[in-house]
Amino acid sequence: MNKHRRKISAAYFFLAPAMITIFIFFLLPVLAAFLMSFTDFDIYSLGNISLAQFVGFRNYIEIFRDSLFWIALKNTFYFVIVGGPLSIVVSLGAALLINSKLIKFKGLFRLIYFTPVVTTLVAVSILWRFIYHPRFGILNYVLSLIGIHGVDWLGDPHWAMPAIILMAVWKNFGYNMIIFIAGLQNIPEDLYEAADIEGASAWRQFKDITLPMLAPTTLFVGIITMIGYFQLFAEPYVMTQGGPLNSTLSIVLYMYQEGFRWWNMGYSAALAFILFFIILVVSLIQLRLQRESSV
Amino acid sequence: MIIPIFLSVVICLLNLSCSGNGNKKITIEFWTMGAEAEHVQKLTKEFEKLNPNIIIKVQAIPWTAAHEKLITAYASETTPDIVQMGNTWIPEFVALNSLDSLDDLVAQSKTINIKNYFPGIWQTNTIDGKLYGIPWYVDTRVLFYRTDILKKAGYTSPPQNWSELYDVSKKIKKMYGNQEKYSIFIPTNEWAPFIIFGLQAGASLLKDNNTLGNFSDDKFQTAFKYLIRFYKEKLAPVEMTEVSNIYQAFSTGFFAMYITGPWNVEEFKKRLPANLRNDWMTAPLPAYDGNPYPGKSLAGGASLAMFKSCKHKKEAWKLIEYLSKNSSQVEFYKLSTDLPAVISAWQDSTLKEDKYLKAFYMQLQNVVPTPKVPEWEQIVFAKVQQYAEYAARRKETPEEALKSLDSDVNKILQKRRWILSRK
Repeated sequence: MNKHRRKISAAYFFLAPAMITIFIFFLLPVLAAFLMSFTDFDIYSLGNISLAQFVGFRNYIEIFRDSLFWIALKNTFYFVIVGGPLSIVVSLGAALLINSKLIKFKGLFRLIYFTPVVTTLVAVSILWRFIYHPRFGILNYVLSLIGIHGVDWLGDPHWAMPAIILMAVWKNFGYNMIIFIAGLQNIPEDLYEAADIEGASAWRQFKDITLPMLAPTTLFVGIITMIGYFQLFAEPYVMTQGGPLNSTLSIVLYMYQEGFRWWNMGYSAALAFILFFIILVVSLIQLRLQRESSV
Repeated sequence: MIIPIFLSVVICLLNLSCSGNGNKKITIEFWTMGAEAEHVQKLTKEFEKLNPNIIIKVQAIPWTAAHEKLITAYASETTPDIVQMGNTWIPEFVALNSLDSLDDLVAQSKTINIKNYFPGIWQTNTIDGKLYGIPWYVDTRVLFYRTDILKKAGYTSPPQNWSELYDVSKKIKKMYGNQEKYSIFIPTNEWAPFIIFGLQAGASLLKDNNTLGNFSDDKFQTAFKYLIRFYKEKLAPVEMTEVSNIYQAFSTGFFAMYITGPWNVEEFKKRLPANLRNDWMTAPLPAYDGNPYPGKSLAGGASLAMFKSCKHKKEAWKLIEYLSKNSSQVEFYKLSTDLPAVISAWQDSTLKEDKYLKAFYMQLQNVVPTPKVPEWEQIVFAKVQQYAEYAARRKETPEEALKSLDSDVNKILQKRRWILSRK
């Protein structure tokens, strides 16, 4: 008994540094931010703390009345719902291609597809701004070659978000691709051999072997991508500043502007917790769906 | 056991070396932004030579991070002694109760004389009757225009009032016919023209001791509608991304007029092709119909301010005086091309002989500050620009846009109303 207890206290001793760090640098700030979301902490309060007051749920109520919040929420969902699946499909496609036996120079292609992931986003964004330029951009030039009159990608409120999605997918698919490749390599080869003997087509093999065997990987990739995509920030921050007509304003960008640009910390903290809640709910739904389909 | 002994020996040695040195040198920390930091160091070196007991530590902060960094410094009590501060930031830092008032120091000063400054600029540094900053360099908006294009449209001199500005724009557009070219560039992500034209029409922008928005009143509405008409009639481009390079767009005649600031004088000189050298000019802003020329513009620029936490006020003030001297102001212009705040410095030949600066000198006589509330930056950058864009793209009518603008501004000023009601 005594020995057991000593073991436990030893475990706590070794865990302590990590636990203390998490407590100080994660739990405490989160708690402070949560409390702050019930105050009107702002630039005046920074100078004189007595000018901050508890306002109960006022920040949350105001957010639900704030038209910019709904615009940002709509844009964020647009980005997640269109960009998320698109990114997963593209990375799965790329993984299948690279994993195919027909392809040579696998290492080279893997490197090429992975390069955007490790390139700095700001440099990439500036490059894409040139690509999207309405008069001198290469995208509109290519479109004009096949007889399509291009649009002002980042200047047109209807096209700015698709343009951001396209860039984000291009930038991120390499990361998921690597995970998918690992998943594909874990599928036992004899399953495909058996299917070949039975005369199953490539499509049947993909649908009935690859996809089910990849399910855990897909779930992981799906949740990670979704969480990441909900936090859309850097792309619109660098490329459009949320414009035109707020059509690329995301929740995190709005939170950043309110908090760090205008110093409305209370309001901004409330926005953060609403986003946290949304991500939590969507993750739970995703887990539930996955569990039900596998039963 | 060994470490404490070692430490105490080191401390002893340090003490000895310090006390052996006699009189201590005083260090003044000075934060400046962007390129100014690099240029001002040449002046501070001179200052150090004249005052061997003072060391000036210049720290450069990029403009984009300056505001955040200053607030963070304030929150963590690590503010410098002197800071270069954008005029529009002063109300915010006064609200934080972090700046020292300079009235007594100016009253005793032999170098700094209020009469030697542009009145509009000086006013931006005064809050509730107290002075918090000494103008260091100035900035205002004027009209940059293509003389050749205006001449072809029948204007040998720049537009003097609103009617002429509209008329010349119409004529230039007519000249181009169906070509995708415009008369004037009024980007909706620059709030300045909207506020300037509002001020020219006599709008007060805010009301009731600056606690409520007043953008839907007749005067601002007149100005707002006047500008929105330029987009409606395709005299100004709505899509901002079209003009990714203003210098190229200006040189190809994509637009012929642009309201912008002094930093663009050097940029235009440098970046426009050589054959256009005599085909562009600067002019003071046109006036509201019936008002004398030139019309009002914004009082901008940067000032030198002293934090309350400053430990060596006498020495810090000495540096501010040094930088405000006639010769330092001229020298600083030569280094940075920032326009001098001191009027007598404008008599120097380098400034007098630059034909593009005449418009600025004229315009600086008629500049006005914007409302001095800490929330002003948020009002113009977040809200005025947003609703200008809404109206320019016809998402909302000008009346609707201004009404929404007022209601958003009232929300921003909510805290200010609460604070004032407690007093």
